[in-house]
Amino acid sequence: MSEPNPITEDAVGAAVEEAVAAIAAAGDSATLKAVRTAHLGESSPLARLNGAMRQVAPEQKAAAGKLVGQARGRVNQAFAEREVAIVAAEEQAALLAETVDVTAVARRRRVGARHPISLVQEQIADVFVGMGWEVAEGPELESEWFNFDALNFPPDHPARAMQDTFFVDPVDRHLVMRTHTSPVQLRALLSRELPVYVIAPGRVYRSDEFDATHLPAFHQIEGIAIDKGLTMAHLRGTLDHFVKVLFGDEAKVRLRPNYFPFTEPSAELDLWHPTFKGGARWIEWGGCGMVNPNVLRSAGIDPDEYQGFAFGMGVERALMFRNGVQDMRDMVEGDVRFSEQFGMVV
Amino acid sequence: MRVPLSWLREWAEVPVDTTPEAVHEAFVSVGFEEEDVHGFGLTGPIVVGRVLEFVEEPQSNGKTIRWCQVDVGEAEPRGIVCGAGNFHPGDKVVVTLPGAVLPGPFPIAARKTYGHVSDGMIASAKELGLGQEHSGILRLVELGLDPEPGTDAIALLGLDDVAVEVNVTPDRGYAFSVRGLAREYAHATGTAFVDPAAEPGERGRAAAASGFEVVLQDEAPIRGREGAVRFVARAVEGLDASRPTPATIIARLSLAGIRSISLAVDVTNYVMLELGQPIHGYDLDALTGGITVRRAAEGETLETLDGQTRSLHVEDLLITDGSGPIGLAGVMGGASTEISATTTRVLIEAAVFDPVSIARTARRHKLPSEASKRFERGVDPRVAEAAAQRVVDLLVEHGGARAVDLGAVVGEAPAREAIVFPHGFTDRIVGVTYAQERVQAILEEIGCAVEPTADALLVTPPSWRPDLAVPVDLAEEVARIDGYDRIPSILPTAPSGRGLTREQLLRRRSADALAAAGLVEVLCFPFQTAAEVALFDGDAATVKLANPLDGQAPLLRRSLLPGLIGAAHRNLARGTTDLALFEIGNVFLPGDDDGIDALPAGAVKPNDEQFAAIAAGIPEQPRRLAVLLTGAITPKQPGQEALVAGLGDALSAIDALGVAVGAELTTRQAQRTGFHPGRTAELLLGGEVVGVVGELLPALAEAAHLPKRVAAAEVDLDAVLRLAPVVVQAVPLSTQTAATQDLSLVVPVELPAAEVIATVVEGAGELLEHARLVDDYRGRGVEEGEKSLTLALRFRAEDRTLTAAEASTAKDAGAALAAQRHGATQRE
Repeated sequence: MSEPNPITEDAVGAAVEEAVAAIAAAGDSATLKAVRTAHLGESSPLARLNGAMRQVAPEQKAAAGKLVGQARGRVNQAFAEREVAIVAAEEQAALLAETVDVTAVARRRRVGARHPISLVQEQIADVFVGMGWEVAEGPELESEWFNFDALNFPPDHPARAMQDTFFVDPVDRHLVMRTHTSPVQLRALLSRELPVYVIAPGRVYRSDEFDATHLPAFHQIEGIAIDKGLTMAHLRGTLDHFVKVLFGDEAKVRLRPNYFPFTEPSAELDLWHPTFKGGARWIEWGGCGMVNPNVLRSAGIDPDEYQGFAFGMGVERALMFRNGVQDMRDMVEGDVRFSEQFGMVV
Repeated sequence: MRVPLSWLREWAEVPVDTTPEAVHEAFVSVGFEEEDVHGFGLTGPIVVGRVLEFVEEPQSNGKTIRWCQVDVGEAEPRGIVCGAGNFHPGDKVVVTLPGAVLPGPFPIAARKTYGHVSDGMIASAKELGLGQEHSGILRLVELGLDPEPGTDAIALLGLDDVAVEVNVTPDRGYAFSVRGLAREYAHATGTAFVDPAAEPGERGRAAAASGFEVVLQDEAPIRGREGAVRFVARAVEGLDASRPTPATIIARLSLAGIRSISLAVDVTNYVMLELGQPIHGYDLDALTGGITVRRAAEGETLETLDGQTRSLHVEDLLITDGSGPIGLAGVMGGASTEISATTTRVLIEAAVFDPVSIARTARRHKLPSEASKRFERGVDPRVAEAAAQRVVDLLVEHGGARAVDLGAVVGEAPAREAIVFPHGFTDRIVGVTYAQERVQAILEEIGCAVEPTADALLVTPPSWRPDLAVPVDLAEEVARIDGYDRIPSILPTAPSGRGLTREQLLRRRSADALAAAGLVEVLCFPFQTAAEVALFDGDAATVKLANPLDGQAPLLRRSLLPGLIGAAHRNLARGTTDLALFEIGNVFLPGDDDGIDALPAGAVKPNDEQFAAIAAGIPEQPRRLAVLLTGAITPKQPGQEALVAGLGDALSAIDALGVAVGAELTTRQAQRTGFHPGRTAELLLGGEVVGVVGELLPALAEAAHLPKRVAAAEVDLDAVLRLAPVVVQAVPLSTQTAATQDLSLVVPVELPAAEVIATVVEGAGELLEHARLVDDYRGRGVEEGEKSLTLALRFRAEDRTLTAAEASTAKDAGAALAAQRHGATQRE
């Protein structure tokens, strides 16, 4: 008489149930590994049931084998599912354990800053480059001829004395620290083909006092356009466009009669803006006018054929009324806190 | 120029209720910038008082005060304490009553002092803003005044007047006068103007005055221009020089910024302000014979009115008499013929001198005066007679003098030539269409004589406008008087430009790269002291300013580093200790023969030779880039110690520059003034030395109050951009697998690693793609005086995967060349 078939549905079911319960109860990968050994390993209930296959009658072996195989499948699947969940949970926990205070992370490198005076000059130059103009340059230590004579400042004329000029020793060698960027007008006219439309940013010098509103060395932006048929209306049009691009559409320009040896008619350039420091008001910003025929003659240009306009304004002043800088000395003392507030934007 | 409104009103229609702001606005519209408003800054009640009696009371502090009873036109006299002792009972004085405010501001109140309640104050001229004199209180009899007690003293003395100050541009000398500004006010407001010089009263008599010998001679005109153009002389006799100057004249002079001196001097100043004609008065009895105007002779001297004895220059234009020089023409009179308190006969000079001659003399003797200021800008040559007559009239009226026929009129006002002013000329310059009638009306309004022809206006400018000489001068006048606000706005179209030049772009990129690499841009003044220049350039020649600012350094920089050191010090002093600074700017390198002796004229293009001479005389001004780092490059933070800035950080900055300009700057051990002898390198590009990088000498850093360790670099940015490639050539990238191997070589310590690497690269051949120094070991296992350098080598072939054996062979070839060239041994 053969022994009864040990691989019963009940026995297998109980083993599976026990295994699935243990898998579900496992909370971490180590426990799960132990559960796997216990319920799928060589000495697990299912393995033992499988080992009892010898005792099963041959005609029942197929069914018993299927029963055990399905059981293993169920346990394996439960295990795999649980494993994925536990790994995910453990990875999550490990990441959370790495939490740092993101507001207190050490920075490896500092970043620096540009000087706003440089940035404003670049920005202004770009406005004109966008209009097809080019950027011209000239030396800061300049011949008096370029700084004065060629610009229609006759020798001994009071306008020459009014410029607060730094002269280079010895003075009878006629070298000066340029008092304005206007000598670049001449240099541009002499070195370029007509028509000429150039902008010339740069440093200039006046033997003025050194205080909150005066610097002995500061920056100007010079512009000159020489072509056929240019008039003061084109000067106004250029300035209108420029100030609207630089300061916004609300900016306005006013021209007031004034005198400069190198322009005629000459005008003072006033700028209006609703939100400048000190409120909506007219601010004196620079000089401009139609280039004096004598300046053109100094460059060998026939003033009956070509004419044009020139203008010049202070960069430091723009930074004062536009950005609210109150003391000009901040711009030259090299205090890093000054440049750092601007970064790369002005 | 300051012009009192009461004075302006005499010749222009200035409404009585107008404000100084409105007057300024009118002047601004015709080209005179507003400067300021000047008043006496006082408010009443300020009244005339009569001193009835006083008691002198000596005080314990040694002073004697007077306890006065003063009638101020009220029922009862007021008791007032006065410290002055220059008055008598019966004198009329100015009393500031409680509630009044004197300039300062100095409010007056009834207050207890010296044992009395002083019910007001008796004022001095200085306290009223009428003068500097402080010899006591103002007695109205000194001004020739005898008003009733209680009269408003503010109106009486003209203290309610206000002056507006405008800036007169150098082309408009005529506007340094009430006459000129009244005319401009009329232009601005479209109202009437009366020319104070048009009706010179007894001009006929002025012209007829004769008998005084005046000779104008000029044997050495400056630039072909005669020194004296005109000379009008008039005389008065019987002057009582002690007579007071009328109060309104004192008040107007005071508002105009001129101090009252004496009647005769005040009158000459008054007429100068009114008509723009500088006047000089001589004590006629102190003159020796007639007057000759001439240039100074070598060695002559003159004692001027300010008491200084001046050595004269042969270019100086002089007023002389039989005794020699008695005045610097147009600049300052001489002491010997000065009008004094006893002068009774006065010779009045109203002359016109050449602007250039006067400008040069005033500058040479550092004597900018009210007279020279006007002559430099041009004085109306036709106003002299009227001015002289006005002086005579005022001395007769206020000084008891009588006019005599003695005088002289020498020299002619130069005739003005008509300017041919083509129709439409202004339109072509200004861009506005002006009717021909309007152009003519404007030119006539400013005083021109205009004669229309078919194609032009023939315009003869008035005598007071020497600045009007060519058509564009007239175009400016038309545009100015018509108003600049009529000019339309038209944006011109420039031809297509080429954008920024390569150099302009790369300079920007360099600055941006350094900022991104952690450095802060600063802009320093280029002025340095000799000690600062010496830090890095020893006693090299520098460009020197002839007139540096007080307290500012006189030399122009040869290096940016002293400026950065100064900036670093300022930051440290303000508590910022971690600093990484950079500056891009030019330096000034003098040549052997800077400048030129004689400049070409303006308004003509110089020839090539002249241009070459100008260019050769301008010192080189190369653009430099400098960095300076000290303190921490990254500060101490949670979990990270501070990283102290050092040479490596300066090198990193140079690397950033290299990337920005597309070139690699290499280093070579070097020694430089101001730098650490063992921690300094030259920077090379294309075989040329383009800069220096290193640590500053610790002693130098310390002397500059910086930490001992300061890293710095300075490069010639122009040279870098010149040597950097314009176009970068690409090499193909192999995608074959790389083989990496390390190589350790033992070499003498003094051998630079860069040389060892270069040798290995050369020896290993084409297969070696990259070599990097990863270790420099000294100590156990390596002989004294030697070091072990470990290189990480990466090999790659273009066409195949390298075998380990191929890589080893290449490595060994590199090692072999190093052994041969440097005696290097491989260390396993």
